[in-house]
This record gives sequence, C-alpha cells and structure tokens, in this order.
Amino acid sequence: MQSYFKGKWLPYLLLLPTYVILIAFLFYPAFETFRLSLYKVHPFGIRKIFAGFYNFRKLFGSADYLHSFWISFLFSLSVVVIGLFLSMMIAVLLNQKLKGQKIYRSLLIWPYALSPAIAGALFRFLFNPVNGYMLYLSEVILGVEPEWLTSGSLAIVIITMAATWKNLGYNIIFYLTGLQNVQRESLEAASIDGAGPVRRFWIITFPLLSPTTFFLLIMNLIYSYFSSFGLIDVLTEGGPANATNILIYQLYQDFFVNHKIGYAAAESFILFTLVVGLTLIQFRTTGRKVHYQ
Amino acid sequence: MAKKRIKKIALHFLIIFSVLVVCAPVLLAIIISTQTLAEVFSYPPKFTPSRNFSNYGAALKNVNLVRMMLNSTFIAIIVTLGKIIMSLLAAFAFTHFKFKGKNILFFVVLVTLLLPIPVRIVALFDIVSKLKWIDTYWGLIVPFLASATGTFLFIQRFKMVPMELLDAAKMDGCSPMRYLLQILIPVSANTIGALIVIEFIYIWNQYLWPLMATNSKHMRVVQIGVKMLIQTESINNWGIIMAGVVMTMIPPLVVFFVMQESFMRGFALASEK
Repeated sequence: MQSYFKGKWLPYLLLLPTYVILIAFLFYPAFETFRLSLYKVHPFGIRKIFAGFYNFRKLFGSADYLHSFWISFLFSLSVVVIGLFLSMMIAVLLNQKLKGQKIYRSLLIWPYALSPAIAGALFRFLFNPVNGYMLYLSEVILGVEPEWLTSGSLAIVIITMAATWKNLGYNIIFYLTGLQNVQRESLEAASIDGAGPVRRFWIITFPLLSPTTFFLLIMNLIYSYFSSFGLIDVLTEGGPANATNILIYQLYQDFFVNHKIGYAAAESFILFTLVVGLTLIQFRTTGRKVHYQ
Repeated sequence: MAKKRIKKIALHFLIIFSVLVVCAPVLLAIIISTQTLAEVFSYPPKFTPSRNFSNYGAALKNVNLVRMMLNSTFIAIIVTLGKIIMSLLAAFAFTHFKFKGKNILFFVVLVTLLLPIPVRIVALFDIVSKLKWIDTYWGLIVPFLASATGTFLFIQRFKMVPMELLDAAKMDGCSPMRYLLQILIPVSANTIGALIVIEFIYIWNQYLWPLMATNSKHMRVVQIGVKMLIQTESINNWGIIMAGVVMTMIPPLVVFFVMQESFMRGFALASEK
C-alpha cells in the first residue's frame, strides 16, 4: 500500500520550476517551429506568408535534400551495425573472470566522456593528407596512399569510424550491465550439455541480450542523427562536395548560414517525426524481453 | 590445465589489443602535442613523444582557451546542479504526493524526450534572441535546467526506499522537506553520482547550441574552441591543435574517472526495469 505526504499545493510548487523551463524552452519552441514550417519566412523574420506544405514539397523535390537523407541513413546504419557488433564482442571479453578486469573496463569505456567534436578533431588529425599517421600507415601496410579526406566515399568511412569510436564506451557500459543480468546458471546448464563457448554465446547470451541491443539500436540511431553535428562540423564541414552533409548539418546550413527559416523549420519537423518513430519503437521493445526463438 | 592457461593468455591478448585500438587516437594526439614544429611535419611521421611543451602554451594563447575552459566549467557546473535539484523536487512530488493531474503532468515530462535541440532550434533561437540572451550565460544555462532523465532516475530510486521508513517518519511528525533532505537525498548518492557524470559530460560536450547562441570571443565554449584552433592554425600545426584538444578533454575525463564507481552503480540501477 502506497502512502503519501499530505499537501495540496506543495507538489505543484515542487513541480513548478521544471514546468516553467519545459514550457518556455521545450514545448513552446517546438510548437512554434512546427508552425513556422508551414510559412514562407523572409530572412531575419520580418515577414511571413502562410504557404501550407510548400516547404515540405520543396524539400522532398530537392535532389540535395534527398541526397542528405540517403547519406544520413547510410551513416547511421553503419554506426549502429559496426558499433553494436564491436561493443558486444568487447563486453563479452570484459565479462570473463580475468586479472585486471576493472582496469581493462576503465580503459575501454572512457571515450564516453569525450565529445563528438573532439572525435572529429582527432580523426581529422589522424587522416590529414599532409602528415597524418593513417596516411603513413596505409602506405606501409597496404602500399597505397588513399585520399582519405578528399574523396567523398572515404570521407563517409572516416566519419563512420570517428562516430563509432566515440560511442563505443557508451555501448560497452550498457552491454556490461546487460550481461550481468544474463543468468549464470543457464550458461552452466549449457556447458554441462557440452555446448562450446561460441555456440553457448549464440543460443543463450545473444538472445538474452536482445533487449539491450534494441535499446542501444535506438540510442545509436538518435546519436548519429542528432548528436553528430559537432563531429561533422569539425571533421569535414559536410564536404567534400556535400558527401558527408547529413540532415542535421543541412538543417544548420539552411537556418544559420542561408537564413531559410521556413525551410529549416520544415527540416526540424522531419527530424521530429524521425525521433517520434524511433522512440515509439523503443518504448515497444525495451522493458519487454525480445527473444529470437 | 595448460589449455586453460592458453585460453587466458589469448583473452588478455585480445583485450589488450582492443584497449590499444580504443586508446590509439588519443595516445597519438598526446604524442604529437609534445613534438616541435619540425617533428610534426617530418615524414615518415615520428611515433615517439618529445619533451616540448610549448604547444600547450601556444594553444592557450591562440584562441584564449583559458577563458573558454572557465566558461564551459561554469556552465557545466551550474546546469548539472540545477538539473539535479529540479529533478529531485519533481521526482519527490511524483512519488510522495497525491494530486490532481499527476498522470498528465508525468506524461508531459515523458514527451520532452522527443524534443532534442534540433527539433525546436528555429524558434528556440528566436525566443532566446527576444530575451536578449544571445551571447550571455543565461542563454547557455536556463534552457537546459529541466531534466527528464534526472526525474526518471530519481523516481526509480525513491520507489526502492521501503514504505515503512516513510510511515515511521510521518509518525514522528517529520515534514516532507526534511524527509527529502535527510532520508531520500542521502540514500540516492549513487544516482546523484551517475547524474553528475551524465549531465556534466552532456553540457561540456555541447556544440550546436553554443555555436549559435554565442558569437563574441569571450563567451565561446571549449568545443567551439577546438574548431577555432583548427581554423586559426593556417599551416595546420597539429602539435598545437592536439595540445588544445588534449586540454579540453581533461575536465570531463576527471569527472568520469573520479565518479566512475557510483556512475556504474547508478546506471545499473537505472536499467533495472
């Protein structure tokens, strides 16, 4: 039986600071942004004319925007698939009983504390075309000097590497927590039946980790769609020739550089529908166990 | 048992290899930050550190990194504190009081998870401009003070406190605020620790909003400083740029390592559904 404190006004008073901020800086601006997406707005906001879905029609008719859509999809998919695979493997290794386990754990999760912009700067340095270490290493090991940051498709590979590297720690933390919840007994039962470690992983651990995997899938998608702005701005600035111009970077360009306000508001709304879609999937899958059987 | 030992050695080897790959970008950045200009531009590149620390001084001087570090530290501390206090109060209201509209109000907090900065940036910029908060600490602090994550974490923690404690406190005539301060906050130490890590790192690492909401040199934050370093170093002296990068990642890393244990415990708690 739940028991409560008495107080008619106190709970509202306790909630007041939070709701003032939420309404003034979250709900109202979101609503205004969506409203503006239906207007043609004069740069600097002097005049605006209602235009219905004009901005949206123009966006989806623009080859540049569709390109940006496609690049974002490719980028986020690679970040998710590669990142989750690597972090799951590393978490499984870290979960073994070993000397120095705690130190290893710290040494593998600390990039969580770094920013996407820092990751961008580090990878720009490593792959720079003048004296980058990767330029040298690829020549020594592979015998070629690829144009790492000046070729569009290689630039996508590099932003993917940087984004995956930066988020590895975050993913490992969640997989480690997930692994602790995987019952030891079930592993022991399987080892008595004579299943090898690899088979044991696939038939027991992997399915039991699937709630964590689903959660991380969504979090990594949100990360690559929204939080990677700093990474792109420092590493490639959307280039070369728009090759890494993902949706969030395009939005920034349209709003802050080109002052196309209605257009940018429509882009915000499109991003919003993406978040809503992803979050709905998350709510439906986390908290409920998902097994592949 | 020889087989077991080989397995152990193989495991250590695999983990050490992963550690090296994960640490390599930062290790190489530290190495280059200690090299002289001639060494930075040598080809093949030099893989060993030197004993030259002038790059650090140059990075601090070139873009006024000291000021930016102070700005970022100030903003991160205030926002972290504000978020923790506000979400403690909100979580307390949701878990320990009965009131009209509770479910709707809770749902409203939930919905904010759907509204990250990019979704509302156009109008948010307009509002902050109208308040004349562009290029001030207000604009970098106030819009971030509420926290859905914090509220949820505290609700989860408060729900694990045994009911008997509350009943006993009420019998003794303990006031709600005293119960919050003397019982709930002390037992939530790990949750507070986890939130300090999460929020400090989140604010320290912000990029898009500070880029738009500030424009004068003395209001810039460290993340923008990284970009400015790359732009001002016209010959791309990576020694200086990486010295700046290394310095900007120290504060969040210190917070992370100092609070690591309570962060992991608070996190594990959070993911228990």
